[in-house]
Amino acid sequence: MSQLHESTTTDRPASGSRDLRLSGLTKEYAAFTAVKSLDLVMPQGSFFALLGPSGCGKTTTLRMVAGLETPTSGAIHLGDTEITYAKPYKRPVNTVFQNYALFPHLNISKNVAFGLERRGVKNVGQQVADMLELVELTSQAHKKPAQMSGGQQQRVALARALINQPEVLLLDEPLGALDLKLRRGMQLELKRIQTEVGLTFVHVTHDQEEAMTMADTIAVMNQGVIEQMGAPNDLYENPKTTFVANFLGQSNLIEAEIQGREGGQVKVRVQGALASIPTERAHSESGKGWLGIRPEKVLIAEAGHPIDAPGDVITGGFITDVSFVGVSTQYMVKMPWGQELMVFEQNTGARRMLPVGTKVDVSWRPEYAFLLDASQDAKAGIEED
Amino acid sequence: MSTLARLRRWIGKHLVLGLGLLVLVYTFVPIAVVVLMSFNNNSKSKNVYKFQDFTWNNWLHPFKPGGMKDSVILSIEIALLATLVATILGTLAAFALSRHKFVGRKAANLIIFLPMASPEIVMGSSLLALFVSRGFGGQLGFITILIAHVMFCLSFVIVTVKARLSGLDDNLEQAAMDLYANEVQTFWRVTFPLVLPGIIGAALLSFSLSFDDFIVTNLNAGQEVTFPMFVYGANQRGVPMQVNVIGTAMFVIAIAIVLGNEIFRRRQEKALAA
Repeated sequence: MSQLHESTTTDRPASGSRDLRLSGLTKEYAAFTAVKSLDLVMPQGSFFALLGPSGCGKTTTLRMVAGLETPTSGAIHLGDTEITYAKPYKRPVNTVFQNYALFPHLNISKNVAFGLERRGVKNVGQQVADMLELVELTSQAHKKPAQMSGGQQQRVALARALINQPEVLLLDEPLGALDLKLRRGMQLELKRIQTEVGLTFVHVTHDQEEAMTMADTIAVMNQGVIEQMGAPNDLYENPKTTFVANFLGQSNLIEAEIQGREGGQVKVRVQGALASIPTERAHSESGKGWLGIRPEKVLIAEAGHPIDAPGDVITGGFITDVSFVGVSTQYMVKMPWGQELMVFEQNTGARRMLPVGTKVDVSWRPEYAFLLDASQDAKAGIEED
Repeated sequence: MSTLARLRRWIGKHLVLGLGLLVLVYTFVPIAVVVLMSFNNNSKSKNVYKFQDFTWNNWLHPFKPGGMKDSVILSIEIALLATLVATILGTLAAFALSRHKFVGRKAANLIIFLPMASPEIVMGSSLLALFVSRGFGGQLGFITILIAHVMFCLSFVIVTVKARLSGLDDNLEQAAMDLYANEVQTFWRVTFPLVLPGIIGAALLSFSLSFDDFIVTNLNAGQEVTFPMFVYGANQRGVPMQVNVIGTAMFVIAIAIVLGNEIFRRRQEKALAA
C-alpha cells in the first residue's frame, strides 16, 4: 500500500480523505471464487487500472464498487464512509458500462441529464450543454443512441456518468468495442478529461497497452487476486511474478540456478554461463529460479562478433525466425538447450538484418534482468490469441 | 439489345416484386369482397350472396338487423374487459416468469404455451365442463365468456411481453440504478417504457383474439350472443349486408391504428433529424 501512495501521490496535493479502499473484499459464487480477499487503496484523484485476463475478477470488483454486486465478505470504504452494502443509487460512484448501456428510448441530452434529474436537480439544460461540449457532441443532442456511431455512444456514456461529478468514475472496458485507431484517440481523450476534472478513475481492462498508456497505477489481477501493483514502468521493468512478466508485455524466462548473493547482485548459473541480477530485482533467494529478460533488452550479434555494450553473454544460438516490423526486427533465437528466445532489435540501420540460420551470441545488461520464483508457471499469463 | 432480351431483363428485375404483389392480392381479395359487399343492396334476393345494387343504406343503418347491435356491443365490451384483465395479469406474470427464480419456473414457462397449442374446441368444452361441474351451468353468460377470453388471451400476452423483456439489456436497469434512480424510478423511467411496445402489441392482439372468437365463446355463452355468434346464426338465413359494414369498419380502424403509429414515428424521427 505504501508503495502505491509514493508512486501516485507525489505530484498531487495531500489527498487521502476520499480514497477508495477495499479491504478483504471477497466474492464467491456457487462454483468458484471470483475475488479473493482483495485489499486495495485507490487514492483520490488517481487513474487506477485493474488489468487482467477475462475471468480474473476485475469486472466483479468494479461491480462491487458500483453496488451492482454484493460482496460475500469484506468492506468498501470511500474515505470514512462505508458503502459496502449501499444501494447503487446511494453511492457517489458512476459507471461507464462496457456496452455503454445508453437508454435507447431517450435522446442524447435526456440520457446525459438522467442522473441529475433523478437527484432532483432543476434546470439541468446548461450543465447538459456544457457536458456535451466537453465530449464534442453538441450537435447530436437530439439524436437517439441508435443513430450514433460506437465512438459517439462511448462519449455519451462518459458524459452521462461525468455530469454527476461522482467521486469515483468506474470504467468497464469502455474502449473495448472501438476499433484500434478510435481507441488510441479515446485513450488520450480520457486521460485528458481525467486530468481536467481530477476525479478518481478506476479503469478495468484486459488491454495492457491501454492500461499502461492511461493509468498512474496498475493492479494486475489474476484468478481473483492482485499479482502486483505499481506504476506502469515499475511493473513492466521489474515484474515480481511470471504472470506479470508475460501478461504485461513479453518476457524470456530462462531456467537458472541461484548461486548466492555477492554485493548488490544475485549470481545465477544459466545453462553453464554465469549471470547476475540486482538484488532488488531478484524475487527468489535460493534453489532454482527463472531469469527473466525483456526481448528488447536482449542484444544480438553474429557469433564471435563484438556486441555493443555487452553484459552477461550466452553463446551458441542460431536464428530460427526473423520478422521485420518496420521500427524493429523480431528474431527467434534457438539456444543450445533447446529454448527459443525472443529478441527485438531497433531498426537503427547500424547493421543488416540477420538471416535465418545465422549463428549468434546474445547478451543483456544485468541491470535489466529479473529473477522469479521457479515454482511459478513460466507460461502463466501468455495470451493465446 | 433485342426486345426479347430486354423483356427478360425486365421480368428478372421485377419478378420478386410481381410475386409479392400477387401474394398481397391473394391476402386482400377476401377483404376487398367484404368492403364491396358493405355497399351491396340485396333487397332483390336475400338468399343470393352477390353484388346487386350499390347503396349507402348499410352504412347509414348498420344496426338495422335485429339483435346485431347488442351482439356488437357485447363483443366490444368483452374484448375491452378481457384485454384489460389479460394484459395486466399477463404482464405481471411475464415479469415474474422472466425476473424471479422459483421452483417450477421452467415448467410454468412451458405450460404457458399449452392454451395456444391446444385446439379451441378442447379448451372450450373443458371450460364448459368445469363451469357445469362447479354448478355454474345455469349462469353461463357475460362472466363466463369473459373468464374464457381472459384465459386464452393470457398466454399470448405472457409470451409477447416475455419476448420483449428477454430482449431487454440488463445493463440498462443497472445503469439507471447507477445514475441515482431507485427501484421504482428505474421501473417507470427505463423498464416500463422499453417494455411498453410489447404490452401494447399484446393488448391489440388480445382485443382481436377476443373480438372474433367463436368456438370457445359459443360453448360458454349461455343465452348471450356475441358478434361472431350472430354472424354464424345469421348465416343460416342469409347474412345481412350490415355484417360487412362492421367488418370493414374493424379493418379500417386497424389500418388507422397502424398508420397513426407509423406517422407518429416518422414525425418523431423528423423532429430528431431537424
